[in-house]
Amino acid sequence: MSLGVRAVEGERLADPILDGWREQLRAAADAGTTLVIEGGRSKHFYGRPISGEPLAATAYRGIIAYEPTELVITARCGTPLAEIDSALAERRQMLAFEPPRFGGSPTLGGVVAAGLSGPRRMAAGAARDFVLGARLLNGRGELLNFGGQVMKNVAGYDVSRVLAGSLGCLGVLVEVSLKVLPQPPEEASLRFELSESEALERLKGWAGQSLPISASAWNDGALWLRLSGAGPALAAAKLKLGGEMVEERAAAAFWTGLRDQTSAFFADASDALIRLALPAAAPVLDLPGPRLIEWGGSQRWCRAEAERWPALRDLARACGGHATLFRAPPDFVPDEVFTPLPPPLLRIHRALKQRFDPAGVFNRGRMYPEF
Amino acid sequence: MNARCHERSDFVSNPSECTRLLAELRSALPHLTLLDRLEDVRPYECDGLPAYRQTPRAVVLPRTEAELKAVLDGCRRHRVPVVARGAGTGLSGGAMPHAEGIVVSLARFMKILEIDPRARLARVQPGVRNLALSEAAAPFNLYYAPDPSSQIACTLGGNVAENSGGVHCLKYGLTVHNVLAARALVLSEDGIDDVLFGGAAPDSPGFDLLAALNGSEGMLAVVTEITVRLTPKPETAQVVMASFDAVAAACDAVAAIIAAGIIPAGLEMMDRQAIAAVEPFARAGYDTEAAAILLCESDGAPEEVRHEVDRVIRVLEAAGVRQIRISQNEAERLKLWAGRKAAFPAVGRITPDYLCMDGTIPRRRLGEMLSAIAAMEQKYRLRCANVFHAGDGNLHPLIMFDAHDKEEMGRALAFGAEILELSVALGGTITGEHGVGIEKLAQMCVQFTPAELAAFAAVKAAFDPLGLLNPDKVIPTPARCREYRQTGGTRPEERDARTESDG
Ligand SMILES: Cc1cc2nc3c(=O)[nH]c(=O)nc-3n(C[C@H](O)[C@H](O)[C@H](O)COP(=O)(O)OP(=O)(O)OC[C@H]3O[C@@H](n4cnc5c(N)ncnc54)[C@H](O)[C@@H]3O)c2cc1C
Repeated sequence: MSLGVRAVEGERLADPILDGWREQLRAAADAGTTLVIEGGRSKHFYGRPISGEPLAATAYRGIIAYEPTELVITARCGTPLAEIDSALAERRQMLAFEPPRFGGSPTLGGVVAAGLSGPRRMAAGAARDFVLGARLLNGRGELLNFGGQVMKNVAGYDVSRVLAGSLGCLGVLVEVSLKVLPQPPEEASLRFELSESEALERLKGWAGQSLPISASAWNDGALWLRLSGAGPALAAAKLKLGGEMVEERAAAAFWTGLRDQTSAFFADASDALIRLALPAAAPVLDLPGPRLIEWGGSQRWCRAEAERWPALRDLARACGGHATLFRAPPDFVPDEVFTPLPPPLLRIHRALKQRFDPAGVFNRGRMYPEF
Repeated sequence: MNARCHERSDFVSNPSECTRLLAELRSALPHLTLLDRLEDVRPYECDGLPAYRQTPRAVVLPRTEAELKAVLDGCRRHRVPVVARGAGTGLSGGAMPHAEGIVVSLARFMKILEIDPRARLARVQPGVRNLALSEAAAPFNLYYAPDPSSQIACTLGGNVAENSGGVHCLKYGLTVHNVLAARALVLSEDGIDDVLFGGAAPDSPGFDLLAALNGSEGMLAVVTEITVRLTPKPETAQVVMASFDAVAAACDAVAAIIAAGIIPAGLEMMDRQAIAAVEPFARAGYDTEAAAILLCESDGAPEEVRHEVDRVIRVLEAAGVRQIRISQNEAERLKLWAGRKAAFPAVGRITPDYLCMDGTIPRRRLGEMLSAIAAMEQKYRLRCANVFHAGDGNLHPLIMFDAHDKEEMGRALAFGAEILELSVALGGTITGEHGVGIEKLAQMCVQFTPAELAAFAAVKAAFDPLGLLNPDKVIPTPARCREYRQTGGTRPEERDARTESDG
């Protein structure tokens, strides 16, 4: 099985850390074991539980290039997100997809490999939309560059975007280049007392208009909106939308709590947390527990007993979407946490895994049991 | 099947299988439009890049998905290569036929299946023209944002296959950012699968294969239905034309606009030669004395646009602008853009032929690139006009030549190749939006290592294990790369050394 890795033996990589990873890879391929790629472990709960020898991605860190006028940052996978955030903030720029921190200290590699996006996702785009390039250490021990540091690049298939959200199943994301954006000049938050169905109706109506809404969240009888943009645009939007203004600090705390899942809704760990991703126009759903709606109706969170998960997954599918068992209590060992793939898609996934990681070393089973 | 074990080579087909396939299609699908006389297939021998031509064995124009599926299944069973084709406006030979294969035109799939103004999305067949979609969405005050200059003619299927861009990409994204889902026919070893990539719900489970489909140049699947996001029409838009005495000053102004935290709706540049070609043709009102002009557009609510235009003007003044013109109404705005949109045909009027290159480089290297191109004009004794998406660093040098003069054509091709290699050396890429196709195969060997090219081949094989879809495009074989290097091309190892030292 380790044929692929042996084929490139002798060829040395530029960095001792990467050389070490190749050694680990070779040993795991020979022994037929799994390597679990670990960043800051902030998303350790996410995906199927797997065991194996850890590969410490945190060791390879540091910003390689950041040119504010190019709107691009390139960094090693182990770079803490906090370091990237503060470098960007100094130049009044940001990662526009608002990656969640989950109360830990995530690394860039983990952010991109998980491919999760925060409240700004519907307005600004998802993690994958900002990936410009990536360097990958695949299961053959090859170091491959895809994409680059420029805004537009159609040379070869867009593999770096495919790596966003691949959960390390195709290899170690060694370096990543992301597009960054200027921070909005101003932000303001509004709050409305509304029922779930009224909130969804309003959100649908606003979606078709050109309004500076950068985030929305409904929970427990209140709809929150965040507006981002130039002063005059915000003033005009506030007049149009109504609602009550939320004081700046309270608003910041609210959006951060939502992004990082540190707010009260997410706190109780005895229930499972299930994520439903739906077409925005999906109606009010009969969910078995407390719910929180984001992304204009496209992302709905539900707290429920873990046993309810398969039924909720089927419900999401019936609405044209999919669901994830996002967090489960420690005693619940699910077989699947993501919505299963139809057979032709599964065939392509397995073929990709087979070609990028023939010995099945990296994060085997983290996404689906089949690979 | 392992790309490393035996070396990949160009597709080998059996001509008699194609003869059998055509006979079979004729009897099984009597209503299928099937062209195989030379004069009928000749119009399909090239796309928008006539330098590369090849007549196919046949062209089919299915009307229904059932016909399309039957044709693809025939190709699968007989192992006949198949090239999908939209409007044929591609600029890299992507839709150029295979000598022993058939062309499947999607031109008859031109229905807009659904426009949902509340959800702000549209579902279309692949043969729908880019502009036709925006026109259909207009009554709802919506439009489809990616707007290639070819938007009157090019199809959404072609746009997905090329991940096309337009002048509004900096703010509104490329095709990949605006496509929510694509349904496509995939050719597996044992049949044709109808597969949905992406979906109306965000973040589909599994790998993001929709991202791979965008820009895959018809090599992974045949796209049959596309769901795109529509964008609310901005309440208003204004464009600023700014001219400069030096190209370097215009480049600095571009960086300064971005540094000020402004993401304009469009940010385009033209150099002296492009202005000289465009102005007599389009009468857009550009400063014909200038070394370069910028077009910088702001859109949004009226207050927002006023505010942003004021800031842009302040930045331009600090950057030493020569002349500023601001559109005062929609007619003036469209006129200023008309010149830019007509740049290719305008250059086409002053030269028998031109080659359009498509490298993208980091913006800060624009000045360097332009002076290098000026030196190449001397070296190759050919003129070159530069039009580009300055905000994205995506250049379109238009090299002027006469294709009847074979020696001159050779110089033009060498000129283009040198620009592409320099794009890679400056930390960029050989193609920003036109694709690799057949044209840039050799330069792929410059941008990518053999292992990276093998990884692309692995992606293709994962989708298309029989290798029938648009074979021999985009991914050069190792043999071709060796040959290219022996004739003096640069190697990717040298590329790495250069870009890393650049920091
Ligand atoms: C004057 C001019 C200006 C241009 N300006 C721009 C510009 O501003 N930005 C830009 O990005 N491009 C531009 N282009 C290039 C070209 O218009 C785009 O690449 C366009 O997307 C091609 O669309 P098409 O329908 O003509 O595709 P075709 O040329 O027919 O095909 C292009 C590729 O797509 C594949 N394909 C087509 N349909 C399908 C399908 N249904 N399923 C799978 N594969 C398919 C083909 O096999 C081929 O590889 C310009 C071209 C011209 C001539």
